[in-house]
Amino acid sequence: MKGSAMAMVVLVVLFVAWEVAVRALEVKPIILPPPSAIWSEFWTGPMWYMTHAWYTLLVTLGGFALALAMGVLLAVLIVESRLMEKTVYALIVGLNSVPKVAVAPLFVIWLGTGVEPKIAIGFLIAVFAIVIETVLGLKSVHPDILDLARSLRGGRLATLWRIRFPCALPSLFAGMKVAISLALVGAIVGEFVASQRGLGYVILAAQGTFDTARVFAAILVLAVMGVLLFWLVAWGERIAIPWHASQKEYTPTA
Amino acid sequence: MRKHFAGAGVTALEEISLSIVPGEFVSLLGPSGCGKSTLLRCIAGLEATTSGSIAVNGATVSEPPEGLGMVFQRDALLDWRSVADNLMLPVDFRRGDRAAARSRAASLLAMTGLQGFEHNYPAQLSGGMRQRVAICRALVDDPVLLLMDEPFGALDALTREQMNVELQRIWLTEHKTVIFVTHSITEAIFLGDRVVVMTPRPGRIADVIDVGLPRPRRLAVRSSERFLGYATHIRQLFEGMGLLKEDA
Repeated sequence: MKGSAMAMVVLVVLFVAWEVAVRALEVKPIILPPPSAIWSEFWTGPMWYMTHAWYTLLVTLGGFALALAMGVLLAVLIVESRLMEKTVYALIVGLNSVPKVAVAPLFVIWLGTGVEPKIAIGFLIAVFAIVIETVLGLKSVHPDILDLARSLRGGRLATLWRIRFPCALPSLFAGMKVAISLALVGAIVGEFVASQRGLGYVILAAQGTFDTARVFAAILVLAVMGVLLFWLVAWGERIAIPWHASQKEYTPTA
Repeated sequence: MRKHFAGAGVTALEEISLSIVPGEFVSLLGPSGCGKSTLLRCIAGLEATTSGSIAVNGATVSEPPEGLGMVFQRDALLDWRSVADNLMLPVDFRRGDRAAARSRAASLLAMTGLQGFEHNYPAQLSGGMRQRVAICRALVDDPVLLLMDEPFGALDALTREQMNVELQRIWLTEHKTVIFVTHSITEAIFLGDRVVVMTPRPGRIADVIDVGLPRPRRLAVRSSERFLGYATHIRQLFEGMGLLKEDA
């Protein structure tokens, strides 16, 4: 049996156990509703959930795209410039340990209650993973290969484009896998802080009315979205770096 | 020429003077840490000389000269490029004619028995095949000078012998000027027109031996009297440097 099929079986077993346990122990639905109640809650307005999910998805992708573009640009500057490495990179590594979520209210003050602060928070949370992994990747070129590039009279730009960048792709994708999940976290945090839309808003509003089933329904939609986004990056990785050892289906012939 | 590493306080090379004739195969032989790789890097323009100068094709080397082919101990293949695309790297760097490079690459791959593997990635090849790809890549741009830094040092003994035979065959067809760094006495004599024997740090030239064995040399030549004579002479040089001792 394939790994994904196994995971599905485990998931189904878990849901069944949940349903049985909640009914047998007579747990109050306000504490923990059974999966069947969550399911029927979702079907009271699937389009309503999808609309909010769509908003959260756009915010997540916005934050992620910005983090990817800025992160790669920063990483290139850091690797190509000693000064940038000593200043910006040291700062980035330091700032990474600051809880970024704590900054979220500031973005609302600065950027208002529209989509911008949510994207900004997603970006801020996700960008560190991209920068740190990409710098690692750009620096992971074997010294012999750099010598080879020099012996071929390759300029800095050509070496960056033809050697460093492809060499950094596996690391970049590792960073992207982390960043896509973090961008989703950022989007939810943004919606918690100030929003009338999105799954974060749905969760917060449902919590206010103790509608636990709705909270769970929103969380499950989020979970599915998170998995799909991760798969999307993993799929892109398979397309972009078929040569890499992480892509298992490639078997050596010799 | 001389090479001193100020940071480490080490003089790697001292009073090196050597001239190489076009089309010649020169083996650079010495113990580990004698600076033979440093000398090669100086010739390649990857490392600056502390004093003295190096000229390739009449032009003083201050940066990597044009028409250089390099082969490293660990093949330095690009994992993300197929075999055929690895051979395109030199032409990609100088933005040359890709079509011409393709056909040159194809004929080199055929000569080294790699046809059929053009679309494989390096990770799918054995160590010997990888090194053959690296040699093809160094030859694809028709270099005036081929620098090889212990290219077979990471291969197993049998593959290494096979590669010696193949390198000689390639050299006999291509007739490039080759500087071949090795610490194997047998390999140095088998391949070289001349063997330059170096001393441990600071590296100096201990002796230059003209190898008069006719070509193409067969592996059996290694047990011939003349071959063993050269080998014994070199061993005696190493013993004189205190590198080989009977009673440790």
